[in-house]
Amino acid sequence: MKFLDEFRNSDLTGKYLQAIKATIRQPWTIMEICGGQTHSILKYGLDQMLPDEITLLHGPGCPVCVTPIELIDMAIGIAGQPNVILCTFGDMMRVPGSDGNLLDARARGNDIRMVYSPLESLKIAENNPDKRIVFFGIGFETTAPTTALALKKAKKNRFDNYFVLSAHVRVPPAIELILSSPENRVQAFLAAGHVCTVMGYREYIPIAENFHVPIVVTGFEPVDILQGICMAINQLERGAAAVENQYSRVVSENGNSMARKLIDEVFETTSRKWRGIGEIAGGGLSIKPDYAAYDAARVFGPVVAKVEESPRCLSGKVLRGLIKPPECPAFAVDCSPANPLGAPMVSAEGACAAYYNYSISRQGPIGG
Amino acid sequence: MKKQPDNRAVPMSAPACPVPPTNYENILLAHGGGGKLTADLIEKLFLPAFGDPALDERHDGAEINIGRIRLAMTTDSFVVTPLFFPGGDIGRLAVYGTLNDLAMCGARPLFLSAAFIIEEGLPLKTVHQVADSMGKAAKSSGIRLITGDTKVIERKSGNDLFVTTTGIGIIEHGLKISPQSIMKGDKIILSGDIGRHGTAVMACREGFEFETTIESDCAPLWNQVEIMLRENIEIHCLRDLTRGGLATALVEIAETSGLRLEIEESLIPVSDQVAGACEILGLDPLYVANEGRFICFVPEKQAGAAIGLLRQSAPNAAIIGQATDTPKKDYSNIRVVMKTPLGTSRIIDRITGDQLPRIC
Amino acid sequence: MCLAVPGRIIEIAGADIERTAKVEFGGVVKQISLAVLPEACPGDYVIVHAGVAISRINEDEAKRVFKFMEQAAAANDESLSKDEISG
Repeated sequence: MKFLDEFRNSDLTGKYLQAIKATIRQPWTIMEICGGQTHSILKYGLDQMLPDEITLLHGPGCPVCVTPIELIDMAIGIAGQPNVILCTFGDMMRVPGSDGNLLDARARGNDIRMVYSPLESLKIAENNPDKRIVFFGIGFETTAPTTALALKKAKKNRFDNYFVLSAHVRVPPAIELILSSPENRVQAFLAAGHVCTVMGYREYIPIAENFHVPIVVTGFEPVDILQGICMAINQLERGAAAVENQYSRVVSENGNSMARKLIDEVFETTSRKWRGIGEIAGGGLSIKPDYAAYDAARVFGPVVAKVEESPRCLSGKVLRGLIKPPECPAFAVDCSPANPLGAPMVSAEGACAAYYNYSISRQGPIGG
Repeated sequence: MKKQPDNRAVPMSAPACPVPPTNYENILLAHGGGGKLTADLIEKLFLPAFGDPALDERHDGAEINIGRIRLAMTTDSFVVTPLFFPGGDIGRLAVYGTLNDLAMCGARPLFLSAAFIIEEGLPLKTVHQVADSMGKAAKSSGIRLITGDTKVIERKSGNDLFVTTTGIGIIEHGLKISPQSIMKGDKIILSGDIGRHGTAVMACREGFEFETTIESDCAPLWNQVEIMLRENIEIHCLRDLTRGGLATALVEIAETSGLRLEIEESLIPVSDQVAGACEILGLDPLYVANEGRFICFVPEKQAGAAIGLLRQSAPNAAIIGQATDTPKKDYSNIRVVMKTPLGTSRIIDRITGDQLPRIC
Repeated sequence: MCLAVPGRIIEIAGADIERTAKVEFGGVVKQISLAVLPEACPGDYVIVHAGVAISRINEDEAKRVFKFMEQAAAANDESLSKDEISG
């Protein structure tokens, strides 16, 4: 496939690897933000190729992983109401709520459907006027415009049986939180390429300046990631701390202005709890009052969740890059995709699942 | 399995499982997905309940010896929706699926039975189309469909028809074709490109349009096996790739044989359409269901001859790897290793439940 | 996160938020929304996420990644400057 295969070329990855090895003089710790990048790194074994001086930490860029348990409980609760069809992305189905996940809820007979796009859920609303269709809107800023589009179309076409439960989250506040923490080890970031496709990268310039960290907007294929790492190492060795754009074939400084306009029309910034991490000011997107009639959170009311997270799950530390999944005592012992203690082991993009499914070094806890 | 009458007291010797088979209270769809949950269900619930040594072979069919005659027997249920998809339908699937399980034992398929569970409200025309398709598939494969059963259940969605086929075949060679026969150094041959069936069915369900429609690879496999047997290829093991895809088949065989399997990603054929559809949905073709593909383990010195024979009817057939010993350093969980196009290695393991399309 | 895939626009229909395109992904064609990409034309390559095209792909920028290989070979020097690395 064009614009994919070329970026998986082994000659090119080899060349960037040589360049990294030739440039690096001391150990550096780099965090890739996006779960898709983590997935790619582990699937292609890029971590095996990199010199030992580079420590790769995996960031919280898995919206499925960071969706607060309260919202999952709420989605399950809504799905259990009469005449409701709950629509969600596939990877959300297995994430544990307080009492089971959406797959379990479907097994109990609730109408829960997987969709590839929120626009499909809108079609379901059009075709089922006697039902209430609720779309579980998870995702970062990349996905927010698609949810916003569905809401705008719903309003335009007066699909009054369509609702969105917004669990959308924003990346920049999470980066600031990580960098502000006294335990922070991250020295450079690979920023999420598709988030920046929508939002541009202006928001990251003050972050790079204030915290003096290089931030390289990076794509997802092996060549992209290695080039991104190469650019980050180059900055680190020179003591630079700027925002650079590796993924320039798709990302521009201002992003997609129409998409951003759509987000602004429908959503407003809000404080949001990130599962495993805690409340992040400005870390979420909620639906504006203009679209209140389509806001599932308002229409279906609050859910009093008996929140029960496993005390053994260290997902918060994994998401902040403080430990790697194999360093968790439960990894591959009590915690696996079949029996996940937390979200990062369930989502296909979660760091724990990626290590479990791909990594040749998956042997269980250190020393085990 | 017959249901116990409600008023019967539970005898003292009633089976009681001290360790719950899984952590789940109810059956999930994933228990039928061919991945980890299916394996758990079989290993921890069914096998202990039935307790027959033939089941320990963990092969698709069972061998029956009657005097000097070696027979193979297998059974399978078919629950696919939609009932009709590009390249096939449930009827054809039901005939070829069971035929292929026999072929995977190295048995010439002889007889088939077919049991139908049909939902009240299903149009008779649909039943007719399915039966017709089955008849044609059976006749073209030279297998006789000689007995069957029909049940009708209460209307739920008015859409459902389930078929169970049981097949009997005869083993006319002296080989023991099973995972236990695989030896270190054996080459792994894949009979064609992967991922068509699962992608075709999902595309049909999800309403993807295609320039050229992805068709299921639903097809009978006995001819390809027969050619190899006739040319004295010492086949050690055969396995058709169904739900759970190439990856799951390799893991199952690795576990049963006790050997490590090493494959190379760049040697695995995937068509452009399947690759494109999988990219969009975020699926890994390695785990996507197939219906007309198998893997075969042959001694290294015969691999060239075997691939030559297969390529006569399947130009995409490829040697994708080999069986080795588990190395001294204990990667005890890791049975299948794949070399990526970049030269690095990753593990291949069962996935939990069905592979789900992802947004992340 | 954000699985987004490159595809080529084959044909376009509709306008504004109802604007859609048939996009080809390696032999597979899917209907995609162009609501946030008004400048996209048939023949363009786009990045598609969750059924919506979010950006066009700039072929010149894409090629810069490969120029690196030629530059590296020409310079015959494995240690590269900032400009050379970022293409």
